[in-house]
Amino acid sequence: MSSRTLPLLFINLGGEMLYILDQRLRAQNIPPDKAKKAGWIDDDRRRVMNDIITTMFNKKFLEELFKPQELYSKKALRTVFDRLAHASIMRLNQASMDKLYDLMTMAFKYQVLLCPRPKDILLVSFNHMDAIKDFVKDTPSILGQVDETYRQLIEMYTALSSGEFQLIRQTLLIFFQDMHIRVSIFLKDKVQNSNGRFVLPTSGPVPHGTLVPCLIRMFSCSGEEVMRRQFSNGGNYTAALREGSFEIFGDRVKWPWSTNTHSCVYQQVNVAPNPLAKEELNMLAKLMGGLEVQKPGNADNGFRVNLFSTDEEEEEALISRPDDLLYGVINIQATKDQQANAELAKIMGQFAESGEQSPSSSSKGDDLLAMMDGL
Amino acid sequence: MYRKEKSIQIKNSASALYNNLGVLRIAPRRLTCFTAVHANVVNMVSASWDGLNYSHRQLQSKEPNVATSTSLIMQAAFCALPSRDLLVVTSQKGIQMYESDGSTMVYWHALDTPETNTGQGMFARGISAVCESFICVGVSTGAILVFDVPSKGSNITLADVIEGHKESITDMASECCGGEVCVADLVSADDGGNLCVWKAGEEFSLLNHIPGFDISCSSVKLWKGTAVAGYGTGQIRLYEAVTGILHAEVNAHARWIYSLDVAPFSGLLLSAAEDSLVRVWLLSMSPESHSVEIGHLHNECVTDTQICGAKFCDSDGYAFAVTGYDLSEIIRYTQS
Repeated sequence: MSSRTLPLLFINLGGEMLYILDQRLRAQNIPPDKAKKAGWIDDDRRRVMNDIITTMFNKKFLEELFKPQELYSKKALRTVFDRLAHASIMRLNQASMDKLYDLMTMAFKYQVLLCPRPKDILLVSFNHMDAIKDFVKDTPSILGQVDETYRQLIEMYTALSSGEFQLIRQTLLIFFQDMHIRVSIFLKDKVQNSNGRFVLPTSGPVPHGTLVPCLIRMFSCSGEEVMRRQFSNGGNYTAALREGSFEIFGDRVKWPWSTNTHSCVYQQVNVAPNPLAKEELNMLAKLMGGLEVQKPGNADNGFRVNLFSTDEEEEEALISRPDDLLYGVINIQATKDQQANAELAKIMGQFAESGEQSPSSSSKGDDLLAMMDGL
Repeated sequence: MYRKEKSIQIKNSASALYNNLGVLRIAPRRLTCFTAVHANVVNMVSASWDGLNYSHRQLQSKEPNVATSTSLIMQAAFCALPSRDLLVVTSQKGIQMYESDGSTMVYWHALDTPETNTGQGMFARGISAVCESFICVGVSTGAILVFDVPSKGSNITLADVIEGHKESITDMASECCGGEVCVADLVSADDGGNLCVWKAGEEFSLLNHIPGFDISCSSVKLWKGTAVAGYGTGQIRLYEAVTGILHAEVNAHARWIYSLDVAPFSGLLLSAAEDSLVRVWLLSMSPESHSVEIGHLHNECVTDTQICGAKFCDSDGYAFAVTGYDLSEIIRYTQS
């Protein structure tokens, strides 16, 4: 299969993760008497996003990522994202991390499956990169890293043929095979059936380069068209839209099923001033629950994000998770046999390059907690 | 025209690979064998014609004598030669040939690992039996390996490597003409949409090269000297193989075509694509112009499924079977 698949898998899953975390961090419950300090919470959110994005676009890690290679195993990739999600002062419990990963993977599976043409996976990737650039637009140093990755993507992928892109897509589909986790937002929007399978529409515009079905043309030996016949469609297709841009800056031609669908729900959230009203509008907030700020004296540094409505729900989810959905995350430190996890250790090593900031971010976490208590 | 029959359950779901369904009809034993690839496993099921017995088997793409090494399988197909039937499985590591019931591996050919690690990765894809004793397999470099198969035993040898393509082979097809002499014995297709037409023999010779339009040709069949090709744009084109004359062009599907099949006795053509549709067409040779014509007969929609394999279960096209990505069943249809 294709050895060029990993960068796209990592960047798109990372993009989905950032999108979900950003929305979750925005949708926190701010008690009315502390609402005037909302700007301070905003800084917090930006810091978390910056820290994660800096780690994600670590130069050494990306260099390794872009080399031709087979995909990581599901376990290894999950461990990578666990580490990435904890690259800031934010903390997630096992159940919340599981839920985050479920959402990320199903969202990207959906996008890969519904790509009109295999090359459109690159447009999806650019969509994610555009969103990431937006998160760090005020931080030039990180923006530089992101731009560099953009250039690498363009260099590596824009020259590939449609057949090679289809091979990449087929490799991704094998990775996502048999994943049918139901996602509330997809069920509600009727893009996913109750059995977990995605709805594939048989109508709408055909992909760029394809012609609307139902025409047969026959030619004589000299090349003249001698007959033209229509046949019954079996679907309801219309002509193709214009192609999206493959440049660093450009109009991607957003389809209804791209990440930006989430933004339709969330834009309402950002505009509404009343925190209570946010709860009504934000479907994901209902699922994911409140942002908890730890009181001092709690050994857990950093602030914990819960992707469920209550602590009890989160605990319950962890206990009742079906075996076939266990991700089997490996704790590198606890592993005795480093050899067996050489692959993971190597990947983790690359992340550790930028890990020096961890000690200082713990103290940042302390400062934040102290400040919040002083409110 | 067709009605849906009871589906056959398979152990794993089918992967999104071109031409991901193999069918072998074994009349003396009154059963039909089906194969569908799932990642590094081939799921085989033999179904008795009375619908009462199903037996399952799984084959892994393992190098012989190497316990742990497996690789992703690109395709599994039955090759029906006059003297014997073999099941050929192609993967990233090489080519395996089994007896048609999957019980014994009779041959293993390892692919050369390239010196430089190219982005695409090495694999074999595109399988066809040719004439009396050849099995041809395509490779991602564009080369085609020609194997000489004796009427029994495992003394299979690599007879020739033919070069006609610069891009990865996607599919290959031949036709057995019975007593008549065929001009074209084999047609091969690649990721650039190029077709090569070959004459088989001690040395295979290239009869014609039909250029593509940079759109992958994912499936190709040969019928009465006509190359029937399905493309990523959803188009089907009918070319007179030896001359390269385009006789018909059909805007058949709204998404990438994954599988084509022809029922040689009736001229029925099956096409299946990512758009969830399977279409049945009729090919016929016009007596006046001696060129091929195509007409549309029937559609079947497999809801919410990207179809990856579709094949007739017999040479008349009385029944056909379908596989889809993430689907753990083989769906069957028979003429009503």
